[in-house]
Amino acid sequence: MASNAHAPDSQHYYVPHGSPWPIVAAVALFVLMWGAVAYLDNWSGAWSLLPGPLLLFFMFGGWFHAVIGENQHGVYNTQVDRSFRMGMLWFIFSEVMFFGAFFGALFYSRVLVVPWLGGAGIRALTNMLLWPHFEATWPTNGPLHVGGETFEAMSAYGIAAINTLILLTSGLTVTIAHHALRSGHRTRLKIFLALTFLLGFAFVALQAHEYYDAYTKMNLRLTTGIYGSTFFMLTGFHGLHVTIGAIMLVVVWLRVLRGHFTPRQHFAFEAVSWYWHFVDVVWLGLFVFVYWL
Amino acid sequence: MAEPHAETSHADHDHKPHGWRRWVFATNHKDIGTMYLVASCVMFFIGGSAAMMIRAELFKPGMQLVDPGVFNSLTTLHGLIMIFGAIMPAWVGLANWMIPLQIGAPDMALPRLNNLSFWILPFAFSLLIATLFVPGSAPAGGWTMYPPLTLQFGDSFPMLIFAIHLMGISSILGAINVIVTIMNMRAPGMTLLRMPLFVWAWLITAFLLIAVMPVLAGAVTMMLTDHFFGTSFFNAAGGGDPVMFQHIFWFFGHPEVYIMILPAFGVISEIIPTFSRKPIFGYEAMVYAIASIAFLSFIVWAHHMFTVGLPVSAQLFFMFSTMLIAVPTGVKVFNWAATMWKGSLTFEPPMLFAIAFLFLFSIGGFSGLMLALVPADYQYHGTYFVVAHFHYVLVTGSAFAIFGGVYYWLPKWTGRMYNMALAKWHFWLSTIFVNVLFFPQHFLGLAGMPRRTPDYAVQFTDWNMVSSIGGFAFGVSQLLLPYIVWRCVRAGKPVEGNKAWDGAHGLEWELPSPPPFHSWTVPPSDALVARGASH
Amino acid sequence: MHRARLGILGGTLALLATAAGAPVASAQSGWSLLNLPVGVTDVSRKIYGLHMMAFWICVGIAVVVFGVMIWSLIFHRRSRGAVADVTLIHNTKVEVIWTAVPVLILISMAVPAANLLVKINDNSHAQLDIKVTGFQWGWQYTYMKSGVSFVSKLAYDTDAARQLGSGINPDTVKNYLLDVDHPLVVPTGTKVRLLITSVDVIHSWWLPDFGVKRDALPGFINEVSFTVDPGKLGVYRGQCTELCGRDHAYMPVVVRTVSPADFAAWLKRQQALQKQGVDLSAQTIAAPAG
Ligand code: HEA
Ligand code: HEA
Ligand code: CUA
Ligand SMILES: [Cu+2]
Repeated sequence: MASNAHAPDSQHYYVPHGSPWPIVAAVALFVLMWGAVAYLDNWSGAWSLLPGPLLLFFMFGGWFHAVIGENQHGVYNTQVDRSFRMGMLWFIFSEVMFFGAFFGALFYSRVLVVPWLGGAGIRALTNMLLWPHFEATWPTNGPLHVGGETFEAMSAYGIAAINTLILLTSGLTVTIAHHALRSGHRTRLKIFLALTFLLGFAFVALQAHEYYDAYTKMNLRLTTGIYGSTFFMLTGFHGLHVTIGAIMLVVVWLRVLRGHFTPRQHFAFEAVSWYWHFVDVVWLGLFVFVYWL
Repeated sequence: MAEPHAETSHADHDHKPHGWRRWVFATNHKDIGTMYLVASCVMFFIGGSAAMMIRAELFKPGMQLVDPGVFNSLTTLHGLIMIFGAIMPAWVGLANWMIPLQIGAPDMALPRLNNLSFWILPFAFSLLIATLFVPGSAPAGGWTMYPPLTLQFGDSFPMLIFAIHLMGISSILGAINVIVTIMNMRAPGMTLLRMPLFVWAWLITAFLLIAVMPVLAGAVTMMLTDHFFGTSFFNAAGGGDPVMFQHIFWFFGHPEVYIMILPAFGVISEIIPTFSRKPIFGYEAMVYAIASIAFLSFIVWAHHMFTVGLPVSAQLFFMFSTMLIAVPTGVKVFNWAATMWKGSLTFEPPMLFAIAFLFLFSIGGFSGLMLALVPADYQYHGTYFVVAHFHYVLVTGSAFAIFGGVYYWLPKWTGRMYNMALAKWHFWLSTIFVNVLFFPQHFLGLAGMPRRTPDYAVQFTDWNMVSSIGGFAFGVSQLLLPYIVWRCVRAGKPVEGNKAWDGAHGLEWELPSPPPFHSWTVPPSDALVARGASH
Repeated sequence: MHRARLGILGGTLALLATAAGAPVASAQSGWSLLNLPVGVTDVSRKIYGLHMMAFWICVGIAVVVFGVMIWSLIFHRRSRGAVADVTLIHNTKVEVIWTAVPVLILISMAVPAANLLVKINDNSHAQLDIKVTGFQWGWQYTYMKSGVSFVSKLAYDTDAARQLGSGINPDTVKNYLLDVDHPLVVPTGTKVRLLITSVDVIHSWWLPDFGVKRDALPGFINEVSFTVDPGKLGVYRGQCTELCGRDHAYMPVVVRTVSPADFAAWLKRQQALQKQGVDLSAQTIAAPAG
């Protein structure tokens, strides 16, 4: 079954030659982690957080440059191309599971823990003896009001709604761009790809503003009990992914300007658009479960 | 398209890298596989040395050697190093070496990613082991890292978290590579149901890895933010729950234990037919069994948490789902038994380890089944009965299968035969003393000795002494393994022909020993694939 | 393999030797300590029964499965001129059988286990509530109605002996590691409910002879109950079974069972003392070994 799919190549396999970039990547990750440790343990100032990301950027730049070069020289065959695609899809699956852990935390604490602390089910005595006067509500920052007596919950109808529109639209624009690429309309491709990452950055900007309000006006912080924890960790990690995705979109856009990609061969473009759709879907989950319900 | 890449791939054969570049820039699946196996062996000895200190302290009651806090760190690091450093990398190493050979591929699908997944490991473990040398205690909350206890550790805490993150990244990238290789690099004619069972086992293992490793990353990340950034995930005062960590951890943790045993099932399914000179019995049933074990492994996690006070309905559900796993596992054991039945058995070292696996893994499985009975687990939980259970499945299960796999494929890798007599010594010493080491721990646990304790009531002395003596003997016996491999590489006598074992089947045995640098530069013919297919 | 075989055989015989009645945990020679205690509550006895049933079922399966394999190992070896029957690779009938039979065996274990589980988790109609609070490293016991409350910590002589390089031989210490300054006192023949929690990390309160083990979770109350057989007066010992830090090994669980009458009297005395402002935790520290 795999066989006839890549019939033309099945005469000969392609094997890439060695590369220095993986080891650079490993070192970069190590430096990143050590920097974080040194900072968190107060062995050093915040500066120690810097070298890691810098090295990572250098590495990504170098690695992708090499791969793009090889690709432009057409050394890859359709089998290699399919490997890249599959790799990207499985990577996105792992990302889904990562978010799954945090969604799981949200559901578990909201559906089980908070009611238990309020005395539900098998936990009547937990409430009576340990947390009298605590009534299970959502949102909550727990029986001891960790992070302040009162706080304001984030509403679904402000920035969140706008951001939803923004991301959905960007999902649309990237699809239009893809069709344009397939049908060889380069100008349309350039325009809609640009639109996509502009929308992405707009999303991030609005989210930053949302966070600013939360901290300054609503007394809603990462430290605001379980609600603040789940809210900021979920939306925060998502925002991070939007940022990364938008940056990757810019890179792809620059490659388009350079005339890269053919209507048939454009793995990088597809990978990034898949990633973008994934970020999009995660947001829908966030909007429904974190903001709306 | 075909032209230029044909050239480059030709060019590549000639440029076999040399010196340190060959290893540091490695993209060759054999070189990377070798590095994985060597690293795993090193970690096995480091983790084993910790175990030796544990057994030494437990040789008699009272404190003789280490502070109780240090003892708990030894236990914690022993568990983490053995699981993430010894067993898992060994499996990835075998996957790297064998999967391309077995499916008729030139290499792994993503060779550079492959290099990265390996090279993350040394950094991850230097970070983990460095925790012993920073101010304050090394992590001593057990390999399960439950909060709030694990939140109490000082400078070592973030190092532990980030070490776990690195191991996770490494495993995920490695697993992606394995899946893509199997899905995309199979030779024409190597249909899914022609794949060797080792490849099948790894395909499903890789899926488990990609599914649960990110969840572990999430769990430790929440712990990190609880510790440093004031979140309340595991803090009831803020509306969280320490037990929530246990749920997330074991959603990873239980599939994790099958991640360590499924490839073992694969290896055993390669070895037994070879030395029974008979095709595997019930090939398809074996495939479905692996798949159902993998599926069930996602819905049994709370059997590690029967005493935390779950609702009765939940306890019932997890008891039943856990017990179910005995059925597909049984199917595998029975199929192996049926493969030996009416075979023509010989007992070379790989077969010896495989046979020991059948008996001793089953014993571990039986104790596992007893643990699944919730009322009984109320007594077993947190005692040495659990320790006995998981060492039977992990040491005489996973580790023995790794030994068997190495002795099975070593001639293929090196083109030389190792010292059989010495390898049989390794087998008999290991098999005898591993039982002296771990069987008495069943008694200790039932009689009431808790695990993760540096000291015990005097009535537990006798069996602890037996266990420790067995431990030292087993440990020393393990020194034979690297010696045998080393001698084989250096001075083993060449094996003539492609097959090291007359009963062997599979594409790997159609290549010369050692195989060429790029295993299959052209896909093997359909006839070859068919001949290789062991059924 | 013969070794592996011996392994399980040895275990079987060993457990056989004690299947009748397990020795009490205070026996000084360890060789005969091979099995769960039968215990002194209905639940602990039923758990013991379930445990032995599961054990024998596993032994039975092992005998059959291992028997078949050993048969092949002996009679189907090439050195005995055995030639492989390569046609023997699949047989739907036996495969169905060895899928179905285990299912039945499992059901036969699951049903009694489920019933017992439901029974154990019924904490209704308790006659005495005691709050058990774990801390690093000891237990606080509070009798809910009377308010009598005291801390139970590792006994002095054990604590001295257990120090690194103390030079004290644990064998010379009575109930080394399993003795406390203030044991929990409970009446026999009474349904006692423990309300277990913790103030710091997770602990686990385990008393093998009662068949009781429950985790002590900070911020949550776990309920568990037991009824000691009438007349089973004595001291019963267990330990913390959830890793809780440096001294996890040194926070034993010790319970003294007394007749309901004696218990009532004892509780009154403690209540009176507490009223006079006496700190019960400071009272009558166990004297050093001598
Ligand atoms: C390789 C790793 C591995 C494997 C394969 C298993 C396999 C199993 N495990 Fe184990 N387990 C661990 C590693 C593993 N475990 C570890 C590391 C821990 C401790 C973690 C910690 O706390 O640190 C643990 C703990 C653990 C617990 C929690 C104990 C406690 O802490 O209270 C439980 C409870 O249900 C359990 C059950 C099982 C079961 C039912 C199986 C089943 O898969 C076994 C199935 C196999 C058989 C049953 C034998 C062969 C079958 C037949 C011959 C067919 C006929 C048999 C019957 C019909 C009965 N395991
Ligand atoms: C994954 C695989 C794995 C493997 C292979 C092992 C191998 C061994 N384990 Fe381990 N073990 C675990 C996984 C594993 N373990 C886990 C997950 C835990 C739970 C941790 C926790 O509670 O958090 C655990 C816990 C654990 C405990 C309980 C500790 C406690 O509760 O406090 C004990 C105690 O006896 C133990 C012993 C051993 C021994 C003696 C070996 C032996 O097989 C080791 C043999 C190997 C060597 C000895 C190394 C090679 C030889 C040398 C280094 C030469 C020098 C030798 C001498 C000086 C004699 N292990
Ligand atoms: Cu308290 Cu362990
Ligand atoms: Cu499990």
